[in-house]
Amino acid sequence: MQPLLDVKNLSVEFALRQGPLEAVKNVSFSLNKGERLGLVGESGAGKSVTGFSIINLISKPGYISNGSIMFEGQDLAKMPFDKMRGVRGNRISMIFQDPMMTLNPVLTIGTQMIETVMAHMDVTRKEAEEIALEKLRKVYIPSPRKRLAQYPHEFSGGMRQRIVIAISLLTDPSLIIADEPTTALDVTIQAEIMDLLLELCETDNMGLILITHDLAVVSEVTQRIAVMYAGGIVETGSTRQVTETPGHPYTQGLIAALPQSGAAGDRLTQIPGAMPSLMNMPAGCPFNPRCQHCTDICKQELPTLKENKSGILVACHHADKV
Amino acid sequence: MSTDSLVKIKNLVKHFDISGGLLDQLQMENGRITRKQTVVKAVNNVSFEIQKGETLSVVGESGCGKSTLARTVMGLYPPNSGEVHYDGQRIDCLPHRQMLPYRTKMQMVFQDPYASLNPRMTVRQIIEEPIYFHNKGISRGDAKNKLHEVMRSVGMDPEWAGNYPHEFSGGQRQRISIARALAVEPEFIVADEPIAALDVSIQAQILNLLMDAQEERNLTYLFISHDLSVVEHISTRVAVMYLGSLCELGTAKEIFSSPRHPYTRALLSAIPTLGGEKKKHIHLSGDVPTPINLPPGCVFHGRCQFANDRCREEIPLGRNLENGTLCACHAVEEGRL
Ligand SMILES: Nc1ncnc2c1ncn2[C@@H]1O[C@H](COP(=O)(O)OP(=O)(O)OP(=O)(O)O)[C@@H](O)[C@H]1O
Ligand SMILES: Nc1ncnc2c1ncn2[C@@H]1O[C@H](COP(=O)(O)OP(=O)(O)O)[C@@H](O)[C@H]1O
Ligand code: SF4
Ligand code: SF4
Ligand SMILES: [Mg+2]
Ligand SMILES: [Mg+2]
Repeated sequence: MQPLLDVKNLSVEFALRQGPLEAVKNVSFSLNKGERLGLVGESGAGKSVTGFSIINLISKPGYISNGSIMFEGQDLAKMPFDKMRGVRGNRISMIFQDPMMTLNPVLTIGTQMIETVMAHMDVTRKEAEEIALEKLRKVYIPSPRKRLAQYPHEFSGGMRQRIVIAISLLTDPSLIIADEPTTALDVTIQAEIMDLLLELCETDNMGLILITHDLAVVSEVTQRIAVMYAGGIVETGSTRQVTETPGHPYTQGLIAALPQSGAAGDRLTQIPGAMPSLMNMPAGCPFNPRCQHCTDICKQELPTLKENKSGILVACHHADKV
Repeated sequence: MSTDSLVKIKNLVKHFDISGGLLDQLQMENGRITRKQTVVKAVNNVSFEIQKGETLSVVGESGCGKSTLARTVMGLYPPNSGEVHYDGQRIDCLPHRQMLPYRTKMQMVFQDPYASLNPRMTVRQIIEEPIYFHNKGISRGDAKNKLHEVMRSVGMDPEWAGNYPHEFSGGQRQRISIARALAVEPEFIVADEPIAALDVSIQAQILNLLMDAQEERNLTYLFISHDLSVVEHISTRVAVMYLGSLCELGTAKEIFSSPRHPYTRALLSAIPTLGGEKKKHIHLSGDVPTPINLPPGCVFHGRCQFANDRCREEIPLGRNLENGTLCACHAVEEGRL
């Protein structure tokens, strides 16, 4: 079966005054129809740049320097900008951390939704309004008809994010990319939004790329995980396997650093040091300054993704020992 | 009451008047000019004690009044009413001069290490400033020794003392602000979201540092965090707030294993967990009301599935339950829950 999305050897560079900065390095992953993938990693790891490059939202000085992004039979990495608009916000929708990145503060929700529908579909205003209402009902906005006449500031943060999700559904996309959609929200609202995303993906067989720094959130929502570190994917596999038996020393460290219930008050297992800056990368494996399993080869050669004994793809020279 | 309490707050109230100038407040109403004041009721009638050597954490949704409470305890905001006691002395109404010794005993660490460090000062200047201020006449040599001691204790090489904050990562900056707080040998530290701005791999480093410092220096913490698994890990006791009011307060063990208040239950059910079966989240209906128009009765009644007529009229008072937890809920008191 052809995957819905197939990203191969994607690299993204920013042409800076000090020289080129490779924010995403040789990243490959794929997603089947209706599948949910979590892209996790710490700040600066390259998650958003990867997400943005799928819909060609990387702007100068950034550019895709290598690789292909096959989506529904077309290579998005090589698609001209004007053609891309038929895909972005149509077949692929994006949800951001701040709902106001999507919403226009001076227009009513109704106007924004109806115009979006009419820009992408050949329908009358009345029909567009019915589609908008249907999507608002889907995200459980109470009294949706009344809500159409209201402005974004009249909604709470959680409601605004629901409306953004309703907007992202207007064109019945086959893929949603959600970049930290609940990071600015409280934990109770986060749980509601995540439950909603999960339900929508399941009922409409929609694909989801969930970008977040929160492993626990990813583990509740996705079927597969890709862990990013310093611009590259260091580990990818089924969510269950990666969270239960992580194969890369970085993922192992991340999971060990989480407070365990039943061990209250104990010292936490910590990863020493911090992620290197992309301007100042160590030779070989980017994790080597922090890794307790580091040997000579780690300081010389960049490890590539290989299947380890439990069937997870791990980029580590010593994947079968750690 | 236990004699080991270090900090005690009693019926603390903190409101902010956001009405602006007199002209902003004037309104036409039914043909008459009236004056309208807008007040944010951030903290309402909160009481608790913090025992020597414990970590008391405050949790609750954004805007529920955690930071305001912490700042009022620190004396950074004067309370509208109520009392703050430190080691047996009432401190909320002390004149500046008499407050000075408490400014060394009580220190604060903030969420954003970027904003709380002066970018034009070196690490040495940042840490030595409070040392000189609170130890009049200290020799340069002694100040330097103190500087090196606290830098080492937060895991920083004293060689970095000449560098500026922007030359450090977020985690290292948070180490610097903790070093500054420790430099005056405090007894009590208020930490307001000290790890929220840090990456997961760095959070454990800072939490370990805080736990080590507590053990070595016998510190008492008031800890504020929205990360509930971190709170469960480091707290002795936990206070749950909603819309400026205290809902429930008990040992971390009791709160996390048998929460009683309906809001605490919903909050804990929402914590995402790694692996295993996905647990069922309790969904709250409706939105959080604003602290400008506080609902009558129990502030949680609009979202509570157990609310009845009494809840809509009468403010529930905190009552001690058999497990020692303090809970402010009519349904729990009536045995309906
Ligand atoms: N200086 C101020 N002037 C006016 N209103 C304020 C001020 N400080 C806080 N408030 C209001 O008081 C309420 C409680 O604020 P507080 O900062 O204590 O919340 P919090 O629980 O710390 O939230 P967060 O997690 O978002 O920091 C909020 O409604 C806030 O807008
Ligand atoms: N417009 C830009 N110009 C220069 N560098 C950028 C730009 N956008 C992102 N980067 C760099 O790319 C790297 C990855 O960023 P990002 O994908 O935003 O990380 P994440 O989303 O994982 O936090 C970072 O080092 C960041 O500084
Ligand atoms: S390649 Fe070497 S340094 Fe990198 S993670 Fe594996 S063992 Fe550690
Ligand atoms: S007092 Fe009433 S409304 Fe408030 S939490 Fe208890 S049952 Fe719910
Ligand atoms: Mg990002
Ligand atoms: Mg706060």
